[in-house]
This record gives sequence, structure tokens and C-alpha cells, in this order.
Amino acid sequence: MSEHASRRAVVHRSPMAAPRSFLWTRRIFLTLLTAFVVLPVYVMVSSSLKPLEDVSGKFEWIPSGLTIRPYFDIWETVPLADYFVNSIVVAGAATVFSVAVAIFAAYAVSRYTFRGKRVFTVTVLSTQMFPGILFLLPLFLIYVNIGNATGIALFGSREGLILTYLTFSLPFSIWMLTGYFDSIPRELDEAAKVDGCGPISALFRVIVPAASPGIIAVAVYAFMTAWGEVLFASVMTNDTTRTLAVGLQGYATQNDVYWNQVMAASLVVSVPVVVGFLLLQRYLVAGLTAGAVK
Amino acid sequence: MTQTAVTPPSERAVRKATPGGARAPRRSGRRRIALPYLLLLPALLLELLVHLVPMLMGITMSFKELTQFYIRNWSEAPWSALDNYTVAIDFDAPVGQALLKSFFTTCLFTVLSVGLCWFLGTAAAIFLQENFRGRGFLRTLFLVPYALPVYAAVITWAFMFQRDNGLVNHVLHDQLGIGDSPAFWLIGDNSFWALLVVSVWKGWPFAFLTVMAGLQNIPRDMYEAAALDGAGVWKQIRHITLPSLRSVNQVLVLVLFLWTFNDFNTPFVLFGKAAPEAADLISLHIYQSSFQTWNFGTGSAMSVLLLLFLLVVTGVYLLLTTRGRKTSDV
Amino acid sequence: MRRFRAAVTGAVSLSLAFTATACGGGEGSEASPKTLTYWASNQGSSLEVDKKVLQPELDQFEEETGIKVKLEVIPWSDLLNRILTATTSGQGPDILNIGNTWSASLQSTGALLPWDAKNLEAIGGKDRFVDSALGSTGVPGKEPAAVPLYSMAYALYYNKAMFKEAGITKPPTTWDEVAAAGKKLTKNGKAGIGVEGSNLSNNIHQVFVLAKQHGADFFTADGKADFTSDGAVAAVKQYVDLMATQKIVAPGNAEYAQNQSLSDFAKDKTGMVLWQTPSQTFASQGMGPEEWGVAPAPVPSGKPGTGKQTNSMVAGINMAVFKNTKNLDGALKFVKFMTSDEEQILLNKAYGSVPPVKSAQKDPVFADPSLAVIRDTLATSAAALPQVPEESQFETVVGTAVKELFADAAAGRPVTTESVRAKLEKAQQQMPKK
Repeated sequence: MSEHASRRAVVHRSPMAAPRSFLWTRRIFLTLLTAFVVLPVYVMVSSSLKPLEDVSGKFEWIPSGLTIRPYFDIWETVPLADYFVNSIVVAGAATVFSVAVAIFAAYAVSRYTFRGKRVFTVTVLSTQMFPGILFLLPLFLIYVNIGNATGIALFGSREGLILTYLTFSLPFSIWMLTGYFDSIPRELDEAAKVDGCGPISALFRVIVPAASPGIIAVAVYAFMTAWGEVLFASVMTNDTTRTLAVGLQGYATQNDVYWNQVMAASLVVSVPVVVGFLLLQRYLVAGLTAGAVK
Repeated sequence: MTQTAVTPPSERAVRKATPGGARAPRRSGRRRIALPYLLLLPALLLELLVHLVPMLMGITMSFKELTQFYIRNWSEAPWSALDNYTVAIDFDAPVGQALLKSFFTTCLFTVLSVGLCWFLGTAAAIFLQENFRGRGFLRTLFLVPYALPVYAAVITWAFMFQRDNGLVNHVLHDQLGIGDSPAFWLIGDNSFWALLVVSVWKGWPFAFLTVMAGLQNIPRDMYEAAALDGAGVWKQIRHITLPSLRSVNQVLVLVLFLWTFNDFNTPFVLFGKAAPEAADLISLHIYQSSFQTWNFGTGSAMSVLLLLFLLVVTGVYLLLTTRGRKTSDV
Repeated sequence: MRRFRAAVTGAVSLSLAFTATACGGGEGSEASPKTLTYWASNQGSSLEVDKKVLQPELDQFEEETGIKVKLEVIPWSDLLNRILTATTSGQGPDILNIGNTWSASLQSTGALLPWDAKNLEAIGGKDRFVDSALGSTGVPGKEPAAVPLYSMAYALYYNKAMFKEAGITKPPTTWDEVAAAGKKLTKNGKAGIGVEGSNLSNNIHQVFVLAKQHGADFFTADGKADFTSDGAVAAVKQYVDLMATQKIVAPGNAEYAQNQSLSDFAKDKTGMVLWQTPSQTFASQGMGPEEWGVAPAPVPSGKPGTGKQTNSMVAGINMAVFKNTKNLDGALKFVKFMTSDEEQILLNKAYGSVPPVKSAQKDPVFADPSLAVIRDTLATSAAALPQVPEESQFETVVGTAVKELFADAAAGRPVTTESVRAKLEKAQQQMPKK
């Protein structure tokens, strides 16, 4: 029922009919934006359906020679399915852990005052300011040494990559979640505490549900950070653990650039992600419900 | 530096708080003091391992003569005091000059890119707030640039920006007849705009997503009250929507800023190893100064300078935005 | 940091045995003597093709010696970074392929096993290899850092149909003839010759050869950068002038870095290219072997030879042993196997390259006209790129200078001796101080 309520809350934002100026601005803006977004996607689709000779020739809006061959060739040129599984596992695990850790940290920052809070947030944030390129060698060195000392293989393994990526998205996840948590009225968790909830159960019973759009946004962010990362993956993976972001470069070899296959492969691997987004949509617009405010 | 000074207090606090805390007088203040630290602990440990320790190592590297002759055993590379820094900031010499130029290019690029990303994202989120036909479809479509692997997205743009065969010149030159001869986008001065377009295309959906989630938390009765007072849609956006997004925006703009400033993948895939001077972003520049020329000491020194700059900017930014927020709360 | 490392090193010996098993898919330099890890470079038309070519050979090696070789084919985009991280951490493969122009740079890190007399003896001796290929294995006078595996050289490829249409009967052999042919070919949106103006390595290869033809070098005999000599400036200017003043290169080529010049060639838009073994690429662009011809790359006058008659750099792939290998004996055996006549013939045939091993070169496969040109160029008129530790910096800074000059030429800005010298001057200042 709460979801219904929220839907309605969003739908009729303004009881007054929107003026024409608003409607027209919206129409024009969204049309232009759609064109901007769609253009490269169209190029990908049309190029993925051309033979290689045509792709490297002059651009045509309507491809003259259509073929679906690239969609079969992509699996031969590069072990795409393996890379896809690696990417899903790595990005999925990194997302789950990152969001979990970030929820706890953001709860602390948002709802408690404690010594070192400012210092913590600034420190965590400062980690995002050092170019990744120079983390690369030290981090690799640390992983190798941990591997030698404990036998836990962090380099070349999915685990190492998961650990790395979850930390990459962590600072911003904490920050963004803190922002979302801050916007949830404190009365909500105070009320829960009056009802006898401990701080942790107040977090999970009240704040997490109320902040679910924010949490989803953060999860999407964490996922995409891991999904698209190139630099660390290129050095920290081997051919059994290579992720898509790096693996796609396999279509550009020393001798040939298989433009049509790059685009076909990119489209194929993006479909599941886009479908995933689609499914998450309904949670994105749930959140702070009319019922819960009362 | 900040880091070393920074971590101990919280750790000490944890240690102080935990041992006795758990069993000490029931529901005592101690336990409550320990709780936030416990909540932060996992994040802190992970950050230490993957970010802070490597960052300290990076800072150490910047004081060493870490060329190809020493990378094999770099703890034994000779200390070079501030040599790496003097090379990097000697703005009369080519290395320093190039760094300075790259820095200003990056600043301009970042301001434009963040501004456009924020604007497009916010506008799209607000326009999609109200229901109309096709809203769900557009909402998914707008996230597509974000869902495509970076490499694929950027290589597609590179493909479109080709001078002779690309879509961009096909439209601008062949179909609209702009310019006498087709323009170059991947080399020369236009490369800056090409990079900006790609960066905005890739970056704005994130702003869209974040703002869209932020909008959900604005209580509906605020709009109703405003409507009763006779405020139109534009007025509601200006007086309710935008102010309510303040805390989300504060984070969002900072996130976008740091991201864009340090973005490596976009220029690297778009231009290859040597970016045109007009689009020589700092991260690619540092990559060239370390990986390509195998001089990790100088590269680290440049990174440390970058870190200091970003710390200052972030500090000032936070000071300004939080002060603003406090006054508005009153 | 140092203390951290010390502590960790202390623990290493204890955990060695454990690590070996736990590493599983990891890099196996600490694995048992029965296995080796091999990083191969991408030579075929895709990573998968490489695996298909190499795996049967590795299986045969295992059958012969009982040593299992774990193969990883690494894309060129990652190879150097992987090698650098391996070098820094000591955690790398046992054997690896490197671009032969990296030899001296990697040699200076000390990560690669030096091929002293004893090691060379173990693979059949230095004399098995062609001299020019050996010239690109490290700093002269030092023990080589690698041994040659596949060799390639530049040649002039021409589009037969376009030549016929322009009334050119024989391929040009000198630069003047290239210019003349180029002028005939350049019309109706077609161009005489193609360049890859934004590909740094390719730029370097071309201007290096031209500098040789002007009697100049980019490094002095004692290894100091010397980019601004008259010969070097003239060489760079000559190359960029193909576009700037002779106008036989289409301006669009200034941004090429992904072999677009080859697809122009295959589409009858460009009459000539200077390239190393492009036949695979032509084929995938829909151009059959009967549609193109090959001739030695041009020289100022006369016939290709040494010194000013140089017409190619020594291109190719070397094989190196990682110094940290725990299985030196097995690694040497593997290198011996890969440089044996039988494997050399088979692998070079598969990749369209030429064996750097003398006895393998005699195989009739390499007498095919398109490969014979390359074989003869390597034997008589190819010179190795400077074998100095700063080679990789040189490629970056001078390659970038040439790229920027092409951008100027394409935009119609004048390219003068002064502007070339200024760019090279700036490039030289970016080189590490010695």
C-alpha cells in the first residue's frame, strides 16, 4: 500500500495544471536530449550490422549491406562469455559489499556526533583525489606481498579485484548515502527508538527502507564503477579472470580493429545491465512514503 | 600527512571504547560512544588497505629517484629530496610548462563538464518527475550511456569523430554544409570539444540518477502548500525542488568534480597514448610522465601536487557549502 | 613501508609451499619445476587465434619434456604495463614475449635474464640467429636481454588496380619515384601514399629510417639524445612533407592510429603504404593477395643496403626469460624449443613473419615473393632502432612531435625547418637528464 501511495505522490506533484511554457520546454529539452543519447547507440547498432569493409568506410545512415555475422564472430574472436561472467561476479560482489559497508558508515556519520567524524569523512574523500594510475604499482605490490605472506592470492584473482573495486566506490557511496540519510527526518528513527528499537534495528527498519532510492542509486554507482574500470583490471587480471572492460579491447588487435564486433559485443553485454536498470526502476521511485511520514 | 595524523584518534577511540564497553554497565554511554566507531570500522580498514597505504607509498615514491633502473627494487632507489618536485614545478622548463598547461586545460574542462552534466541531469530529472506517456522508457534510455562499458562508449565516439568517415562530419559538413573542409576532432584544437562532448554524454546520466533519487525525498505536501499559495510550476521548481536538493547536490557536484578531474579512461581511449595538446588532461599527462617514460618518481610528485590542489579545493568547497546550509537552516 | 616489506619477506619463506598451491590461477614463477608460465604477445588476428596456434606446440613440448606450459596471450595494450608491474613486484611469468624495440629499456630494469655465453649455448648458440635481429636484443656490448623469435621489416605495398589506372608500370624504388607515382595517383579524392600520423611507434619507425638515409641518428654513440641534428630535422620534415608540401598524403591521415591507412588501401583510396606484413589485415578488409604488390621500401637513390641505403627498421618480437624464474632449466629448454627450426618455420608461417633463425629461413615458405622482400630487407638493409635504455621515452616524445607536425600540416599550417626543429627541441628537453 505504501508503494501505491508513493506512486501517487510522485505522479501528481502539482495539483495545478502545468503551464504551456513548461510543457513546451520539457518537450524540446527531452527531444534534444534523447537525440544526443541515442545517436551513438544508433551508430553502434548500425555498425554492428555491417561487414568489416563497410564499417571502416564512409558513414551511412542506412547501412547498405546488412549482416548479422558480427554477432556470431564475437564469440570466436574473444572469449566473451567468460569475460562477461567475470565482470558480473566481480561487479556484483563488489556492489553488495560496498553498499553494506557504506550503509553502516553513512549511518554513523549521519546520525551520530563523535570525535574524528570530520577527519574521517575528509580522509575518506581525499582518497579519491590521488590519480589511480599511481595507486597501481603500490597496490599491486601490497597484494603480492599479502599473497606471499598468507597464501591469499589477491592479484590475478577475482577476490583481489572485488576488494579493490568495493573500495573504489566506497568513499562516494558513504558520502552519497550520508546525504540521503540526512534528508530523512530524524523524527522517523526517534519514533522507532521510542517504540523500543535499538540503533541497528532502527537503521534497518526505518532508514534503509526510507532511503531505498538512494541506496539503489548508490548500488548502481558501485556496480558501474566496477563494471567499467579498465586500468586496474588490465594489470590485476589474467586471461582466466579478465573482465569485460578490458576484454573488449581484444577486438582491437595489432593488425585489425574489428569495429563491427566491438560494437556488437558491447551491445550484447550491455543488454543484461540495461534490463537490470529497468527492473530497479520501480525501487528508484519508491522511498519515503506518505504513510511513513505520519 | 593528513592521513597519518588522522587515523589514530578514531582507532584509539575504538580500542578505548570496545574492551570494557561490551560488558560494562548495561546500555551505558560507553557503548553508545563505541557504536559509531564500530560502524565505521569496516570502511576504515578497507580504505587503509586499498587507498591510504598505497597513497602513502605513492607519496614516498615522490621523494625517490624512481626510474626504470630502480623499479625492480624500489625500496632501494636513492632518495632525491625535492628533485621530482622542482622538475614538476619549474614552469620555465618544458616539463613544468606542459604540466601547468595541462592543469589549466583540466580545470576548464572540469568546470564545463561538471556544469553541463549537472544541468542536464537535474533538468531531465525534474522534467521526468511528473508522469506522462513514455516517461518510464525515457528514464531507462537515459541510463544507457552509463550502462555501456566505458571502452565501448568512447571508442564509438572516436569512431563518430573520424574526420573522413565519421558521423559528426557527415552531418556537419556533408549534410549541413558547415565549413569549407571537414574539421578534425581527434587532433588539433577541436579535440577539447570532442572530449567535452564524450565526457558529458558519459557523465550526465549519473547526475540524473542521483538527482532523481534525491527528488523522491521531497515531501509532497510542500508542493501542495505552494500550489495553494498560487506558485506555478517554475516557481515550485525554484523555491522547493532546487533548495531541497541542496545536500544531494553538494555531494553530487563534488563527486563529479573529482571524477572528471581525475578521469583517465575517456581521453586515453579517445586519443590513445598521446593526447593532443588542447585536450591533454592531467591524469593522462601524469600517466605519460610515469608509465610511458618510466619515471615513477616525477609522476608521483605530480600526483601529490594534484592531491594537494584537490584537497584545498574540496576543503574550501565544503566550508562554503556547509556554511550556506547552516544559514539556510536557521 | 620498508619495515612492512621486511616483515613480509620474512614470512615468504614459510609460506612458499602454501602459496604455490593457493595461487592456482596466478602467475607461476614460484610454481614447481614441472610447470612454466608463458606470456605471449598477440601476433595473430585475435587472442583466440594465438591460443589455437600456440597450444598444440605447447602440448608437444610437454610431451617431449614433461614440463607443462601455462599460456597467457596478452593484448598489446596491456603487455608493457603487465611487464612493469611484474618487474616491480617480482611476480611475473617465467618466459615472455617482448616487442624487440623494448629490449634495451627492459634490460636496464634488470628484470630479464641476461643471455650470457652459457645460456646462449643452452639454446644452440648465438650463431643460429640472423645478425640484424640480434642487433635488437639490448644495449650493444652487453649480454642480450632476449633472443629473437619472429622478425618483420617494412616494405612498400602498392595497390595494383590503382597503379594500372594511373599508368604506373613498376613500383617506385626511390623517394623521387614515390613522389612522382604519388602525384599521378593523387586525384579524385584518392591519395598517393598512406601514413598513420597519430600512431607514435609507426612515426618513429619511419623517421628513424629516413634519418639513417640522411646519415643521422637520434642518439649519439654514447647514448645521449640528439634529436635536433640537421639530418634528424631533415628526416622528420621529409616525412611530414609527404602531406605538407608534396600533398600525396590525404590530410585525414593525420589522425590515423588504428590502421585506417590499410583500409583506405584496401578500398582503392590510397595507392601505397609502407608497412610490416599487412597481408592478414588486407584480407580481412576484403582485399585478396592478387590485388596488391610488394617492393622494397624506397631509398634516396640506388639500391637498399646499409648506412644511408637503409630502408627499414628491424621489427619483430623477442623472447625473454624473467630473472625471477624458479625453473631456469625448464625456461631455457622452452626457449630452445621455440627457436628450433621446426617451431620457427611453423610459427612464423602462421603469423606471416620471417624466422630470425638462419636455418629456418631456408624453408621454401619464406621464398614466396611477399616474404622474400622482407627476408632480404632484414638480411641486407634493415637497422635496429637505438638500443638505449631511454628508447621508450624516445618513442613517446619524438613520436608525439611527429604527430603534432602532421596535425599542423593537415590544418594547413606551414611546416618549416624551424618549426620541425622547435618541436624536436622541445621533445629533447623532455628526455631524462643524463
